[in-house]
Amino acid sequence: MTLLITVFAAVAVTVLWYNRKDDTMKLGTLCWLYWGASIMWLVDALFEYAELGADYFAPAPEEMLNDMFLGLSVVAFGLVIWLVILLIKDPKGSVRAALRRQA
Amino acid sequence: MACFLVSAAEAAVVTAVEKHAENKEKAEIKETGTSVVSETRIPMSRKLKWLSYLLWGGAILLAFEHIWHGEVTPWFPFLTAMSNPADAAEMFHEMATVGVCMALLITGVWLGICFAADAIVKRPERAAEKVTR
Repeated sequence: MTLLITVFAAVAVTVLWYNRKDDTMKLGTLCWLYWGASIMWLVDALFEYAELGADYFAPAPEEMLNDMFLGLSVVAFGLVIWLVILLIKDPKGSVRAALRRQA
Repeated sequence: MACFLVSAAEAAVVTAVEKHAENKEKAEIKETGTSVVSETRIPMSRKLKWLSYLLWGGAILLAFEHIWHGEVTPWFPFLTAMSNPADAAEMFHEMATVGVCMALLITGVWLGICFAADAIVKRPERAAEKVTR
């Protein structure tokens, strides 16, 4: 479930990146972040599948709920990392302009 | 258990190499006065940046998962598996199998992306022609 949610997030962000008008939102960073995690979880899933066989596709409901919660938390954590990078790099100069206005 | 550490270690090395390549390219531009950045060539430092983002992204989000499962703690020895030799041995085995496979697959995917990106930047006219048709 965690892998599935991360892959969906990666695909959605990649589509947004493809349709971007400019690079001011730094969506590429978020793409790499989610795709990196998706690839790593894919390997994890393959090893688990090799160990469990078909049982891998029939998780207990409680386990699935926890994995879903984890997947959503991972997506949220990725978004926070991306936001921090965006605010620090400040490609549009919005943060700088806001801080100068307040000074 | 700690499979993300392999990718994190690779990420640290790739970041150092990327910075070195970036400085080398900047020095080259200063020396020759011409930019290595062209419409048909992607600089190596940029490609390495893609790999470092992939590796750091995966390692950070997987570290979060390990914290979630209680396998990483904020106190010494930071990895719960290090508290007894049997768990530590299992952890090292997982790093050598799952961790190495993760790092290899990410590097393989990155190589594929680099080849595809090089091919894509070399065909701008063809794509433009198709759009106008």
